[in-house]
Amino acid sequence: MRRFLYVLPVAVFAILALFFLKGLTLNPRDIPSVLINRPVPEMSLAPLPGRGDTSGLATENLKGRVSLVNIYGSWCISCVQEHPILMEIKKRGDAPIHAVDWRDDPVLGAAWLKKNGDPYERVGIDPPPGRTAVDFGVTGAPESFIVDKAGIIRYKHVGPISREIWAKTLLPIIRELEKQG
Amino acid sequence: MKRLLVLLFVLATPALAVNPDEMLKDPAQEHRARELGKDLRCLVCQNQSIDDSDADLAKDLRVIVRERIAKGDSDDQVKSFVVDRYGDYVLLKPPFKATTLALWLGPLALFAGALWAVLAFYRRRPAEKAAPPPPPLSAEESRRLDKLLKETER
Repeated sequence: MRRFLYVLPVAVFAILALFFLKGLTLNPRDIPSVLINRPVPEMSLAPLPGRGDTSGLATENLKGRVSLVNIYGSWCISCVQEHPILMEIKKRGDAPIHAVDWRDDPVLGAAWLKKNGDPYERVGIDPPPGRTAVDFGVTGAPESFIVDKAGIIRYKHVGPISREIWAKTLLPIIRELEKQG
Repeated sequence: MKRLLVLLFVLATPALAVNPDEMLKDPAQEHRARELGKDLRCLVCQNQSIDDSDADLAKDLRVIVRERIAKGDSDDQVKSFVVDRYGDYVLLKPPFKATTLALWLGPLALFAGALWAVLAFYRRRPAEKAAPPPPPLSAEESRRLDKLLKETER
């Protein structure tokens, strides 16, 4: 018992140190989404002008195929970093990508796509106060959601998609979901 | 100088991010929105409430909270609307449930442990004081003590 008391402060320190070390490696931006395994929120977003599409993005559009929903804005700096990878995904035809143009001037949003390339199948505009983004539990752009054939959200990625994240995490999930009826 | 300081202190009210154009016309409803806004976390800055934050998302959430209040939602309904989308994380005061048990009861348990340790420490002390007095000196020891004392006196 005596000896145990001498070890106790060291043990307490060691346990705390483990927790703090673990805390250093965690990303505070990674907030677990509560929307996983829930249907895509009801939405009916207007199309982005100048893309030639007459319908924007609606809940029904996300049913039938496994797809990626990408939240972007022409004001979003990390989106510039992510964009070339989305273009590659589009070129390879891995999965259709839809976009929510969040809190953006539609004219700027359209000009941004014209300048950087347009990897999207459908684009819907979500003007302030970004009701659809809030329904998606979005905390910043870019954010991407994997939606299965039934229109259920299966995965959320916060921040720009890198080539590695696409190949190692997102694409395997999409392939797996495509196999399911 | 003193007057200037007093003036500065009077003007130094907490800076709220709420813009006049966001406010509800009904003061009672606006008050409710403020109180709710203090409890909701800004998800961009994370350690500020949406009432304190200048982030766009915080502004959007303030607007949406006010919309729901104007539509007749109760405070709990507004809160569960936001929690439904962002999880319990959005509440600055975490709810009391199974997953947060350690959070709420942890400090209490630590305090109880400390209290027990302190009490145990003090309970042991009187026992030490009550130790039996040493036996009286033997005749031999008294003689040696006298001798030693006499030597030092010289």
